[in-house]
Amino acid sequence: MSAASDVGHHAQRQARWHYGEIAFWLVVLACGFAFPSRYLIMTDILRLALFAMSLDLILGYAGIVSLGHAAFFGVGAYAAGLLALHGIVKEPVLALIVAGLAAMVLGFATSFLVIRGVDLTRLMVTLGIALLLEALAERFSNITGGTDGLQGIEMQPIFGEIPFDMFGKAGFFYSLAVLFLLFLFARRVVHSPFGLSLRAIKNNPLRAAAIGIPVNRRLIAIYTLAAFYAGIAGALFTQTTAIASLDVFSMERSADLMLVLVIGGTGYLYGGLIGAVIFRMLQELFSTITPQYWQFWIGLVLVVIVLVGRQRLHRWVLYVPNLIIRQIAGRKAIVAVPESDS
Amino acid sequence: MTIALETQNLEKQFGGLRVTRDLSLKVEQGARHALIGPNGAGKTTVINQLTGVLKPNSGRILLEGHDITDLPVHKRVLRGLSRTFQINQLYPDLTPLETIGLAVSERLGHGGDWWRRMGTRNDVNGEIADLLSRFHLLDVMNEQTVTLPYGKQRLLEIAVAIAAKPRVLLLDEPAAGVPESERHDILAVVGSLPRDVTVLLIEHDMDLVFSFADRISVLVSGALLTEGRPEEVARDPQVKAVYLGEEAVDV
Repeated sequence: MSAASDVGHHAQRQARWHYGEIAFWLVVLACGFAFPSRYLIMTDILRLALFAMSLDLILGYAGIVSLGHAAFFGVGAYAAGLLALHGIVKEPVLALIVAGLAAMVLGFATSFLVIRGVDLTRLMVTLGIALLLEALAERFSNITGGTDGLQGIEMQPIFGEIPFDMFGKAGFFYSLAVLFLLFLFARRVVHSPFGLSLRAIKNNPLRAAAIGIPVNRRLIAIYTLAAFYAGIAGALFTQTTAIASLDVFSMERSADLMLVLVIGGTGYLYGGLIGAVIFRMLQELFSTITPQYWQFWIGLVLVVIVLVGRQRLHRWVLYVPNLIIRQIAGRKAIVAVPESDS
Repeated sequence: MTIALETQNLEKQFGGLRVTRDLSLKVEQGARHALIGPNGAGKTTVINQLTGVLKPNSGRILLEGHDITDLPVHKRVLRGLSRTFQINQLYPDLTPLETIGLAVSERLGHGGDWWRRMGTRNDVNGEIADLLSRFHLLDVMNEQTVTLPYGKQRLLEIAVAIAAKPRVLLLDEPAAGVPESERHDILAVVGSLPRDVTVLLIEHDMDLVFSFADRISVLVSGALLTEGRPEEVARDPQVKAVYLGEEAVDV
């Protein structure tokens, strides 16, 4: 083997599919057949997973923190709702793409505000944009339905063939297909030279520019793409629940997302997916135990994860999950956010 | 002789402090030029202006005759001006393979490719392999940079700068902090840089300066004190007074 092909082989090491990954997706697909009474909660998890994957693209790969990612989720949700309600785009898949593009436009426009400044500025700017949109949606109630939200949305069959059923079966498989396709795309992007340059920017922006990487342009590109993903997640929300209300913009939604990634870990794409499953299951578990105070326990778990020592937790509590995740995503993957993350 | 890199009346102030004073410096094509000066002379500030990290208050910077004063950092790199950092500025989580791969990809204009896996272009792979072996990094190419010994990190630092195929290379204290046992590799690598690359060396280590440079500029308090061939500079009483102290210099 020549040195060049040897290098090529090693460079693609991360990009190759691991057995664990294939197993992961087979398990997800199997859930669709194993738990027919749970489609609604499982669809909810898929949406959250897609939404979290979107944040992972900017947080885990490019190091952009955001407390307002719900802005894009909300725009996607309302866009999909309005398109269906007024019969502008009737076919769900097409409407999904249009809604995603609407969020993408907003992402591109606001990216210029976000790439400037440091973490705290970014948190405030992103939070501000989401609050602004929430207020706008409330103000223009003739379009958005105000605090009542959009009501009476009727979804047409997917591709004109597959209707949304009341058990949520179609919605589940539809969401799963969308999630998987977008995952494949994201996977290709993060293992490309472009994706690698994002990791370089996250590691050391000064040096990234010093080897010729146009830092701002790359950040704008990934932020715009992440907005598209979040918009799709929002549109899926409206399409599978047939409602869109003001809480799609809410800060809790953005904050939950951060929690999902703290649980699942960032920078290997599966963090959002695994985090979404664990987060929702914890929510279910705690709300069964204490219907009123479940948030207390969620909070406690997170404080433990973040403070008691993410590094130590790796070794102890998350020993087995990490073993599985390493199988899925290779040597560098870990369950929680590494200590060096800033 | 053509001039590779030039500053004209460069001036930089931080508040009321003049850190660079009316600095006019010419680095000839193919030169091994050293910029020396005591701590706080403003050497790093000059480097930062040359590379575009800092904007001068006034004055111009010319790269091969073209005004680059207002170009952002990454565009200067693509024009052939590359640098190493005094304190390693690497990507702790990335491997040497990935780090060099990035620099090569950017130079060849493939750095923005999002549809293609890293490692699928043979021209890029070939260059990476070549650089890894030239800089003695083949055996650690898959290790995370943060885990490498300091000397290897220094080598990677220089390799990354070379990967951009610079015509002008700024070396900011390449041997700083490297243990004696690993110095030899660094000096050998620096010494074997191709002659068509113009090198501006910023260095404290006088052995390295006098063994490497064919021209030396002395910077004191942001201004140029003197400039000349190594033996001239070593003899200069002014230089001895302000920079070298009473210490005698062997040439």
